[in-house]
Formats: sequence, C-alpha cells, structure tokens
Amino acid sequence: MLGKLDWSAIPFDQPIPLVAGAVVLVAILAVLIWVVVRGHLPYLWHEWITSVDHKRIGVMYILLASVMLLRGGSDAIMMRIQQAVAYQSQGYLPPEHYNQIFSAHGTIMIFFVAMPFVIGLMNLVVPLQLGVRDVAFPTLNSVGFWLTATGALLVNISLVVGEFARTGWLAFPPLSGLSYSPGVGVDYYAWSLQISGVGTLVAGINLVTTVLKLRTRGMNYLRMPMFCWTTLASNLLIVSAFPILTATLAMLLLDRYLGFHFFTNEAGGNVMMFMNLIWAWGHPEVYILVLPAFGIFSEVVSTFSGKALFGYRSMVLATMAICVVSFMVWLHHFFTMGAGPDVNAIFGIASMIIAIPTGVKIYNWLFTMYGGRIRFATPMLWSVGFMVTFIIGGLTGVLVAVPPADFMLHNSMFLVAHFHNVIIGGVLFGAFAGFEYWFPKAFGFRLDERWGKAAFWFTFTGFWITFMPLYIAGMLGMTRRLQHYDVAAWRPWMIVAAFGMAVLSIGVICQIMQLVVSIRNREALRDRTGDPWDGRSLEWATSSPPPVFNFAFHPDVRGEDAYWDMKARAQQQSFEHDVPEYQDIEMPRNSPTGFVCAFFASIMGFALIWHIWWMVILGGIGAFATFVVFAWRDHDEYVIPAEEVARIDRVNLEERRSLVSMAGAV
Amino acid sequence: MAMTATVGHAHADPHHIGVVIEHPGPASKRIVTAYGFWVFLLSDIVMFSCFFAAYAVLSGQTADGPKGSEIFEQRNVAIETVCLLLSSFTCGMASIAADVRNRFWFYLGMAVTCVLGVIFLVIEFREFADLVARGYGPSRSAFLTSFFSLVGCHGLHVSAGVLWLLTMMAQVFAKGFRADVLRRMMCFALFWHALDIIWVGVFSVVYLLGGAP
Ligand code: HEM
Ligand SMILES: [Cu+2]
Repeated sequence: MLGKLDWSAIPFDQPIPLVAGAVVLVAILAVLIWVVVRGHLPYLWHEWITSVDHKRIGVMYILLASVMLLRGGSDAIMMRIQQAVAYQSQGYLPPEHYNQIFSAHGTIMIFFVAMPFVIGLMNLVVPLQLGVRDVAFPTLNSVGFWLTATGALLVNISLVVGEFARTGWLAFPPLSGLSYSPGVGVDYYAWSLQISGVGTLVAGINLVTTVLKLRTRGMNYLRMPMFCWTTLASNLLIVSAFPILTATLAMLLLDRYLGFHFFTNEAGGNVMMFMNLIWAWGHPEVYILVLPAFGIFSEVVSTFSGKALFGYRSMVLATMAICVVSFMVWLHHFFTMGAGPDVNAIFGIASMIIAIPTGVKIYNWLFTMYGGRIRFATPMLWSVGFMVTFIIGGLTGVLVAVPPADFMLHNSMFLVAHFHNVIIGGVLFGAFAGFEYWFPKAFGFRLDERWGKAAFWFTFTGFWITFMPLYIAGMLGMTRRLQHYDVAAWRPWMIVAAFGMAVLSIGVICQIMQLVVSIRNREALRDRTGDPWDGRSLEWATSSPPPVFNFAFHPDVRGEDAYWDMKARAQQQSFEHDVPEYQDIEMPRNSPTGFVCAFFASIMGFALIWHIWWMVILGGIGAFATFVVFAWRDHDEYVIPAEEVARIDRVNLEERRSLVSMAGAV
Repeated sequence: MAMTATVGHAHADPHHIGVVIEHPGPASKRIVTAYGFWVFLLSDIVMFSCFFAAYAVLSGQTADGPKGSEIFEQRNVAIETVCLLLSSFTCGMASIAADVRNRFWFYLGMAVTCVLGVIFLVIEFREFADLVARGYGPSRSAFLTSFFSLVGCHGLHVSAGVLWLLTMMAQVFAKGFRADVLRRMMCFALFWHALDIIWVGVFSVVYLLGGAP
C-alpha cells in the first residue's frame, strides 16, 4: 500500500534531525495558524500564491532562497564544528549522518539557494529594465517557481522521513547506484532535482523569450542594461545545459528503478559517461549562477560611481564569450580520471581562456569606478568586496585548471576553498548586492544602511577567515569530505575555519536584523520617488513598488542608460504634458495552476521515492488535469481601465517631480 | 515586423554609427509563443542528444547479448517511418485547416495524424514486448539499455503528443478556433514535426548505423 514507507523511515534514534524537523514543523504550523487566524489567507492566496506578476514571483523566489540559505547554513555550521572537533575522534556526527549533511548542503546551496536567488532577481528586474509589462509566459513562470519549491520541499522532507543521499551533491555512480546506495537517499536527491529542474527550464525559456522578444520601443540589443545581457546569457545556458542534467538523472534513475545499465559496473555500463554528462551540465551551471551576478555588479558599480559602464560593448562580448566557452571546459573536473595528457592539456588551456573575458570584466568595473564619484552604499560595498574576493577565487581556479597541479589539488580542501571563493564571493555577494539594490524597488522602502554595512563587514571578514585556512589545509594534503582525521597539522586550520563560520553567522544575523529594523522603520525609509539611488536604467522610471502594469506607457528608449538619459533631458516633465491619452491595459489573470501543479508534483515525487505506484498515477493524472483545466478557461486576461491607469500614473509623476527637476539640472 | 530606420541624434548614438535601427517594441503574442516553444524544442533536442550520445558510447557493450543487427527488424522500422512521415503531412493539413478555420478538414487531419501516431506506437510497443519476451530487455546489456531508452524516450514523446493532439481536438470542439487555441495548435504542430526530425535521427543512428553487422 505504501511502498517502501513504514515507521522505520522516521529516525527515532537520531535526535538531531528529529529535533530540527520538529522545530521546523512547529514553526511552519505556527505561521500557518497565525495566517489563518489573522485572516491573511485570502490575501496570500489571491495576491501571492496564485499571482502571475513577475515581481511577486521574483520576490517569492528570493524568499525561498533565503529560507533555504538558513537551512544550508545550518548544515555548514554543523560540518565546520564536526571538523573542528573530530581530530583523532569521531566528533559528534556519525559518518552516515555527516555524509548526508555535506550532500544536502551542496545540493541545497546550489539548487535551492543560488539558483532561486538569481532567478528571482532576474524575474523581478528584467521586465522592468526592458520597459515592458510582463514576462513572456506569466503563468508558466508561476509553474516554474512552484516546481522549484516542490524540489526544496522534498529535500527537507528527507530530513525526517527516510534519509538524504550520502553521495555528495552530484551523486557519482557507482556509489549512487542501487548496489552501494540501496536506500531512498539518492531517490530523494534525484527526484527533487528532476522536478525543480523542470521549473528551472521553464524559467529559462521564459526569460530568454522575454529578453529576445519583449523589449520596449527603441530598446535595441546594444542599449539593454548589462543585467539584461547577462540574464540572456545565463538563461541561454539554462536551456542548453539543464536538459543534460535531466537526461543524466533520468539515466541514473532508470539504473536504480528498472535495472538499466547506463552507469553500472556490470553488463557494459560506463561510469565515465556519467562524469562527462554531469559536468557538461555542471560547468555551465557555475556560469549560469555567476553571470547574473556579474550583471548585478555592472548595474551597481555604474550607478554608484555615477558613470556609464566602462567598455559596455566589451562587457557584452565578454559575457557572450563566457557563455560559449563555458561549454568547452567540462573535462577539467576530472583531469585525474585517465583522459591522457593531450586531452588534459586542451581542456586545461580552454579553462584558462575563460579567465580572459572574466578579467576584462574586472577591468571594466575598475575603470567604471575610476574617476567616478563613488558612493559606498551597501550594494556598492558588496560589489567591491566581490572584486577583491572573486579575483582570488578566479586565480585558484586557473591554478587547478593546470592539470599537473590539479593532480595534487583535486578533491582536496583547496578545491573546496576555490569553489566557495567563487560561489560565495561571486554569486552570493552578487545576490546580496542585488537584494540591497532592488529591495526599495520591490517594496517601496529602503533597507537600513547601518545594519546592512555591518552585515557586509561580518560576512566579508567571516568569509576570509573561514575559507583561507581551507586553502592551506588543502595544500597540507587534507582531502574533502572527511568525517574525522588524525593529522595534527590540519587541526589548527579547522579551528580557525570554525571561528570564521561564527563570524559569518553574525553577518547573517545582521542581515536578518536589517530586514526587521527596516520593516519597523519603513515609514522613515519610504522611497517616494521610485529612484532612491539615482539610477540609470528603466526600473527606476516607475514607482516603488511598481504598479502591476509596471509602466503606463511603454517608455521610448533613445540610447544606453535609458532612464539617466530621460532625467538628463528632464524629459519627465514634458512627458507629463504631452502625454498621449491613457489607454486600457490588459494584464494576465492570476491563476492557481502553478500551485496546484506543484501540489500534484509533490505527491508524485514523494510517491516515486517510496515506490507508492498508485499515488504516482494519481499525481500524474492530477497534474495533467490541472493543465487541461487551465487550457479550458475562457478569460485569461483582465482589463485595467484607462482612468485607473491615469490615476495611478499621475500619483507617481506627482511624487517624483521634485527629484526629476533636481536631476535635470545635472 | 516593421523596422524603421531613423537617423540617430547625438544622444541616441554614442558610438557614432550614424544610422540606428530602432527596435519597434514588444512582439505580438503569436510570435512570443512560437518563439518560446522553439526554445523549448531546442532544449528537448539537447536532452535527446544525451541519449544519442549514450547510445553511441554503449552500442558496442553487448555483454555477450544480442547485437543490433540481430534484433532490428528493418521492415517494422520502415513502416514506423512511413507512419510518422505521413503523419507530419496530415498534421500540416490540420494546421492549414485551422488557419482557414475549416473544422471538417481540421478534425480529419488530426484524426488521421492520431491514427498514424497510434499505429507507430503499437508497432514500437510490440517490438519492445517481443524483445523483452525473448530475454533481451533493457537490463540485459548496456547496449539494450541505451537502445530502449533512446527509442523509448522518443516513443514517450509521441505518446504525449497523441494525448496533446486529442486535447487539441477537444479544445477546438469546445472553444472553436480562438486565438489562444490557434497558438496552442501552432505549438503542437511544431512539436509533432520536431518528433519527426528526431525520428529521422533515431532511424539513422540506431537502426541503420547500429543495425550494421
Ligand atoms: C577563472 C575561472 C575558473 C576556472 C579556471 C575554474 C577551474 C576549476 C577547476 C579546474 C575545477 C576542478 C578542480 C578539481 O576538481 O580538482 C573547478 C571546480 C569547481 N569550480 Fe571552478 N573555475 C573557475 C571559476 C568558477 C566559478 C565562477 C564558479 C562558480 C560560480 C566555479 C565553481 C566551481 C565548483 C562548484 C567546483 C567544484 C565542483 C565539485 O567538484 O564539487 N568555478 N574549477
Ligand atoms: Cu568547471
């Protein structure tokens, strides 16, 4: 009846996951009860859960990422403590538990923190920057988000019901095959990634189409803000790389469920094929994450330097070059696995070539700052912090891209330090910069700068204290994923790293405090102009938060830095006088399709993991029925009448007039 | 799409190219939908290419089981191919009928497409069932694993296509040739033709190259 599921799935003998699970469950229940009792449920349902507004969906993506960041962060703290204490002893985490933690940590951080964070920011900002009212496929956008949430849900369920994979975040066979991982851990891993992968693919298709086909009048390709370019590049990578992940995990699942022989040791299966396939997705994936961050830094650096981005065209070229070359270097992840010197040399050189466009970008940011009037607001701090940090990460990347060096450093703590250096210093800092920068746009009030700066400094120093020791430990020969060790020379570095983790955690707490304090003081921090940072691109041309329709008129773009241009020519006033008549605006209707679909996907995923076949069929039928019902509806749009548009727009123009006349004088 | 060329003024043309082609603004829904669907199809083709690659890598790994030449029935494959190619034609007819709002030809075209698709699936299913019955199922060898997965993946797509096809017919029946129904029909046609193209790949790589003795 319930497949493999019975009471033994609940780890009654392990206090840590049980207590953690109970705490989370109580927290969720408390929030739910609060929502219901306070009567917020209709509001949540109509305004958020069923929303197809790209801004709302963007915010929900970021919320999901933030919550999962706390989960992944707890894993990290546990691992750092374990390695600090587990010298010539077992520490406090038994091996099978430790292995699940590092696997869950990596999976969560990449798929459910970094990905939703950048996708959320792209969703929130890109249509605004392009001067349009929506993304290409609003309802699918909601489906994409909710499927991502489904994946995250399944990973978290594995904490209390069953177990998670013990294979690392990429589940290499044969370890992840049925003979070495007979439990449900790998199935949790694979199905949650399959489901959220569909969501990511949908988001990618949506954003590619949005950038290529929905741009306001005059928004030529070479006038798009840099963030739109990097969004395009990143999403092109999503649509071309994520299907590889889907296929690879499908093969792994076929091996596990139906006794196929893709990656088994028997009957001619080929384990190296898994390595090739997974890294053909995996390397582009790191650029899927970091390219949007590059875009964010470009926007932030140019805004806070009060200058147009230096070398805009070279930046575009570098972005697209990275997009292409990132598909040609995957083998550097397994230099040690017998490809031979010629192949290794070619892939080593190709990997180093990526550093060139990346270097171009760094110089462009520096030259943008050079001679500018720099304001060190929080987003700018994250950006400068990024430049310093990321260069080190990039350099160590080039180092491990040298095959002979990699034979020493592969799978060592040095590698761990490298990728945290680029992912935290690049992607996470970028996400935080974007969060601070666009928060006022999304919510209509700014974030508290004092707490923001504190958060930056603690996170920044915490990062360095945590990860620099790992480089050293790696050079001392410490391999990654050790549950305990006996080498005295490594111990001090592990203790320093644990201390760094504490500092980092203070940074996270500051960030939470910043949010709390800012929400408390929101009236004082209110942004009435829609343009709190003296911005340059079109998202600042509308109010904060923008109306559902973003712009009453599709703005007319005449050059790069469209909004700066408008301000400089004080176009806004004339804009107001010779406004053509306001017109009715059609917007897509909200739809529960995404939520309902994800509901069935969750059921189906859970059932697949536990081999509950009748439930699988039920979930499948439900998901299909949802789509049919969606296709059957008669009204997919509603009309905002011209008077309403006019009223909303006039308020906006009124409020910003003072600012515009000031900027017009510049 | 009308592109208007205007002579840019100083601000609009920071790089002094002289003539700036102004982007005309957001594209129509029809274009956006079709474009997005094309992007999806390309991603689907990437997924197929992984299974093709797996087949290329594993096709020699027969683990003392049968080789391709010993189990492929060229006659069946020929019939399958004819079915699919014909169905692409009838699907095209149905699309044209939808464009000119002719229900009769639309239903006829779709129905024939459906029948051809189902014939294809039945033949494929019997081929699979026969192999499994002879002990040559996908777990027999890595070669058979990759064969069943690649061909089966295409077969699953065709099955999904048939389901979609029936839904489209029902939609036209219930809603008529509404703009959104027509957009979906366009996507369905793209999907069906893409499956045909992939079949040409399957036919050549699996049955012709893989079937060589
Ligand atoms: C200059 C650019 C870069 C180069 C040359 C480079 C090179 C490399 C090489 C050669 C490895 C494999 C080393 C080994 O396994 O022994 C590696 C691992 C890794 N890199 Fe980079 N990298 C670069 C930038 C980045 C960026 C920007 C990111 C992410 C945003 C990133 C994320 C990773 C990750 C996650 C791994 C380890 C995956 C694992 O084994 O679990 N790298 N890098
Ligand atoms: Cu790589």
